[in-house]
Amino acid sequence: MAHAHDDHAHGGHGHDDHAHGPDKGIMRWIKTTNHKDLGTLYLFFAFIMFFIGGLMSLVIRAELFHPGLQFVDPEFFNQMTTLHALVMIFGGLMPAFTGLANWMVPMMIGCSDLALPRVNNWGFWLLPFAFTMLLSTMFMPGGGPAGGWTLYPPLSLQTANAFPFLIFSIHLMGISSITGAINVVVTILNMRTPGMTLLKMPLFAWTWLITGYLLIAVMPVLAGAVTMLLTDKYFGTSFFSAAGGGDPVLFQHVFWFFGHPEVYILILPAFGIVSTIIPTFARKQLFGYDSMVYATAGIAFLSFIVWAHHMFTVGMPLAGELFFMFATMLIAVPTGVKVFNWVATMWRGSMTFETPMLFAVGFVFLFTIGGFSGVMLAMTPVDFQYHDTYFVVAHFHYVLVPGAVFSVIAAIYYWIPKWTGRMYNEFWGKTHFWLSTIFINLTFFPQHFAGLAGMQRRVPDYALQFTDFNVISSIGAFGFFVSQFIFIFNVLASCYGWFGRQRNAPDRVWEGARGLEWTVPSPAPYHTFEDPPELPAHEVTGVHDH
Amino acid sequence: MSTATQRHWVRLLLVTAGMFGFGFASAPLYNKLCYAMGLNGRIENKAAESAAIAVDTSRQVTVEFVTTVNGGRPWEFKPDQAQTQLHPGEYRTVSFFLRNTQDQAITAQAVPNIAPPEAAQYLHKTECFCFKQQAFASGEGRHMPVVFTVDPNLPKDIDHITLAYTFFDVTKVAQAAN
Repeated sequence: MAHAHDDHAHGGHGHDDHAHGPDKGIMRWIKTTNHKDLGTLYLFFAFIMFFIGGLMSLVIRAELFHPGLQFVDPEFFNQMTTLHALVMIFGGLMPAFTGLANWMVPMMIGCSDLALPRVNNWGFWLLPFAFTMLLSTMFMPGGGPAGGWTLYPPLSLQTANAFPFLIFSIHLMGISSITGAINVVVTILNMRTPGMTLLKMPLFAWTWLITGYLLIAVMPVLAGAVTMLLTDKYFGTSFFSAAGGGDPVLFQHVFWFFGHPEVYILILPAFGIVSTIIPTFARKQLFGYDSMVYATAGIAFLSFIVWAHHMFTVGMPLAGELFFMFATMLIAVPTGVKVFNWVATMWRGSMTFETPMLFAVGFVFLFTIGGFSGVMLAMTPVDFQYHDTYFVVAHFHYVLVPGAVFSVIAAIYYWIPKWTGRMYNEFWGKTHFWLSTIFINLTFFPQHFAGLAGMQRRVPDYALQFTDFNVISSIGAFGFFVSQFIFIFNVLASCYGWFGRQRNAPDRVWEGARGLEWTVPSPAPYHTFEDPPELPAHEVTGVHDH
Repeated sequence: MSTATQRHWVRLLLVTAGMFGFGFASAPLYNKLCYAMGLNGRIENKAAESAAIAVDTSRQVTVEFVTTVNGGRPWEFKPDQAQTQLHPGEYRTVSFFLRNTQDQAITAQAVPNIAPPEAAQYLHKTECFCFKQQAFASGEGRHMPVVFTVDPNLPKDIDHITLAYTFFDVTKVAQAAN
């Protein structure tokens, strides 16, 4: 991606008076306000974080390869589980989706850039500082945060010197994602090209619009919750301290009021990506566009009223448990609408299975497995057995890895020829898909069984009878990590033209693709759509059922 | 930037600020809700009006006592009686014993919790050591009374109530306040 548009900066558009290329050298990246540059930065940043978070997961899996303690002490193990989650969620997935929104939203809705380009730059550059601060806690006296990413007090309040660094890094991540969200929402609602009504918008823009609202609504709540933790620890308040009249359970409520919409923040953009890719390779219109939009909005609404299903075991009144159980199960309805719509889009389509399509179909299948285990967890009576076991770990990794992460990978394969002008290598792409799919199932499927049999999460040791499941799981994790190097080399080769890759991708990279992004040259010029483009009927992806 | 765009992002920024405030507002809201509905076994930690209530002699309720010391402090804390039986409406005096086994003075605060949570709003205390912080010299031990009654409106299906006290070390907080 890095050098992709340098020499196209002055070409491909009729505005040579105004159009200017990027600065040279490092200052280009520090000062840039260009949505494509920032998208690239976000994606590279996410890559690095996925790598670091992946290494942490390998520490966890190496330790769990055998029962007993072998490589790390329990305190460090707990730091790994805590930081793995924070790095993957706030450093990997969220910046990856923001990066994709940066690149694609303006090109999909036909505007020249995001509404607030300088805020965009600031939002990105907060992240390296936030994560430097967060990761530096590992080298502090007393070590990094080890109380789990959910930061439940009173345990999290026992964090040593790392605590304020943890809190302020979360504040920075929050500001960054809120700026990104405001930017995307304002762009989508104010800067669409004439003729692109809301219900003609590509579904990726729709899902990001709703994700943006979720972020704006809940990231400040997380900021409030962690600020209360900070004042409880250092300034003598007792929001969560029973001794002063507070209640630790309140933190769980506030945290999950943020945390549950957050899980949809991590999956709605993935829904948008899959809804873009499947019609392309099925060579059919998306089935049920309107129902997709309404289902997305429905999921977003329900996400605000189900938070307590994360804490069924705290001792809620029966009425509360029933309400949160039924509300949670209700989410299966709009999610089911989506899954059936994807299947119906593929039904009798002229399907081909290029790498993005493989990952999209893999997403539909494997995400649905995660959805099913979610319905199981929603049932209050059985949740008492599943709570804090590896069944929960298996559930959320199924929706986040072969769910959200697969969608990011699919999106990069799908759009990288547009970004760089160079096709990725199809053979290695497919190899990457099959290895990833096999290893990710090896990693997480046995964890369902281990969890049902009673293996607790966040513990560095386990009873002997869980050994076989854990051996399989660890082999899968190492295999999955190694497989991702195929992807990194495939992507970097397209960015930098390694292995003699030619810049010869056509404008419309995929014959079945529709949308304004395919009307600009490949690689996309540094500036696109400085004048709002015409919206021809055949580029409209939001097609209504009649 | 068009004015519509500008208005829009300022509005969204206000929503952000509002939701940040909502995070904090959730604390008093939650406490009010818990006290009003007895959620989570919590009750407002203050004395109830002492009034003569018609005693319901048709049934008896067993109230059991549980004590915990928070944060691994080596204090001796126990109820002087494991349980007591009373008719709803009857006043009963029980007592608890705490000894400070540390070699320095401490200030401690007891926090009550009631199970089942549905019973929380029916257990009224007119006197309790938990209403204020308790200071103990090094080695000092004290029996502390609790006077309470059970509201006759207690749902009929509840015949056992557990009253739990946890003592927290608030020495540092108390010193800071003085």
